[in-house]
Amino acid sequence: MVFPILYTLYLSFTNWNLTSGMEPSFVGLNSYLRVFYEPRFLHAIGRTFSFTASAVAIEVVLGVAIALILNRAFVGRSFAKLLLLLPLVATPVAVGIVFNLFYDPTIGLLNFALDALGLPQGRWISSENTVIASLVLVDVWQWTPMITLIVLAGLAGLSEEPVEAARVDGASEWQILRYVTIPMVMPVVLTAMILRLIDALKTFDIIFAMTGGGPGYASETLNIMGFKYSFEYFRMGQSSVILVALFVVVLLCSLGIMKLRASSEN
Amino acid sequence: MKNKIVTTILFYLLVLIIALVVLFPFLWMLTSSFKTQVDIISWPPKLLFEPTLQNYRKVFEEQDFLKYFFNSTIVGAMAVGLSLLLGLPAAYSISRYAQKKLAVFILLARLMPGISFLMPWYIIFSRLGLMDSYVALILSHMLIALPIVVWIMSTYFSTIPRELEESAMVDGATRQMAFLKIILPLSGPGIITATTLSFIFSWNNFMFSQVLSMERTKTLPIAVYNFLSYAEVDWGGVMAAAVAIMTPAIVLTMIFQKYVVKGLTMGAVKG
Repeated sequence: MVFPILYTLYLSFTNWNLTSGMEPSFVGLNSYLRVFYEPRFLHAIGRTFSFTASAVAIEVVLGVAIALILNRAFVGRSFAKLLLLLPLVATPVAVGIVFNLFYDPTIGLLNFALDALGLPQGRWISSENTVIASLVLVDVWQWTPMITLIVLAGLAGLSEEPVEAARVDGASEWQILRYVTIPMVMPVVLTAMILRLIDALKTFDIIFAMTGGGPGYASETLNIMGFKYSFEYFRMGQSSVILVALFVVVLLCSLGIMKLRASSEN
Repeated sequence: MKNKIVTTILFYLLVLIIALVVLFPFLWMLTSSFKTQVDIISWPPKLLFEPTLQNYRKVFEEQDFLKYFFNSTIVGAMAVGLSLLLGLPAAYSISRYAQKKLAVFILLARLMPGISFLMPWYIIFSRLGLMDSYVALILSHMLIALPIVVWIMSTYFSTIPRELEESAMVDGATRQMAFLKIILPLSGPGIITATTLSFIFSWNNFMFSQVLSMERTKTLPIAVYNFLSYAEVDWGGVMAAAVAIMTPAIVLTMIFQKYVVKGLTMGAVKG
């Protein structure tokens, strides 16, 4: 555990290139400067944030909404819960492949649907402008159910008393939802959000399998860029800088939300 | 009364839409895997078609998928088994001795991007000549399984009353014996949860095997991915491969449904 952290940190101060056959040599902050000056790196940071922020925001809103809808006794409830599990355990690489078929510009179902509705067809993952949004859509499909399941479990654990008290006081269903149920389940929602946020920042399989970071660098996030620097270019020094940056981003984001969570519990 | 009927119908309609959105990619994958290439690329998309098994034949006969299947199973089973061996005692001590530091360590493993482990491993394993070996893959997949085991089991052990092993220890049992003879037999459901989840996540992992395995130890996700990149046009074959890789995870989930839900939601609801 400690070793990889320290080793990555150490390598980030070297200019080690695995293909050169030379041992790591210490260059101080040189690798940092080189990476930070590259526009490609800054873009990757921006993309990591925009991908994560939009995916997690949509997933939390949709996930909580679906959980509130499903949080009642109905015929087929356990079957619905089983369905929700399926995207979570589906192999990401295979999910990416299926969505690639949907997104295909000529034979894909999505363009067929747009065409049938009389709308212009999209280029989805083959256009620099839409590739991130298309990847967000896949992430939303796969991970919204996790928020839903967690919130459902949270709702099941709530005590009925405050809701009944509010009902006795003549509150409408909407008011109960807004002022009683949602505040009570908020800590659970925030925890689900932390988990999702950490994983979304590190998304790899889907992006790698669907676009490989392309077209151009248009869907290259920090994680993908780090991977390429390590295992395609073998520039270990610079890739370590990228990994340190990614780790710092993950750490800061999780600390931020944990603080938010602590304050929501008080 | 009428109002109630309308809301009920609306509610089921909503549930139906949610179910369809969730299921649709699976259904499309499944139907496409039985289509010929001509049917897949036909425009408009064909809903009625003559099913064929040629895609599956191709995947299993020409592509050696059984071997990759075997690799994934071995790596997953060994990684989960070793993680249980190490993780169960660790989880027990976290739960009983309130080992905060160890718990933070595990949280850190959750935070760290997998690739920061992968880079040092890559260097070490290639120097030791362990690239493309089962050892390297199993060790790397333990990074997926071990935190899940420790996390789930330490929460689970905390729900077992201390009095149980304390009374055994009063009767002269050592703590190790109390753990083995009393606590472990009571922990079946927790162990099933941890095992199922960690096996599924090991099964699905792509990044570690992509770097550490080559022809000999290649796991299924890599095989499916390679199949995609060099046979880009063969959509039927790719869909059959996707069905083949997802089926075990989905079957496990259906069998152990209750435990999978518990495992996925436990940390968030209790933590």
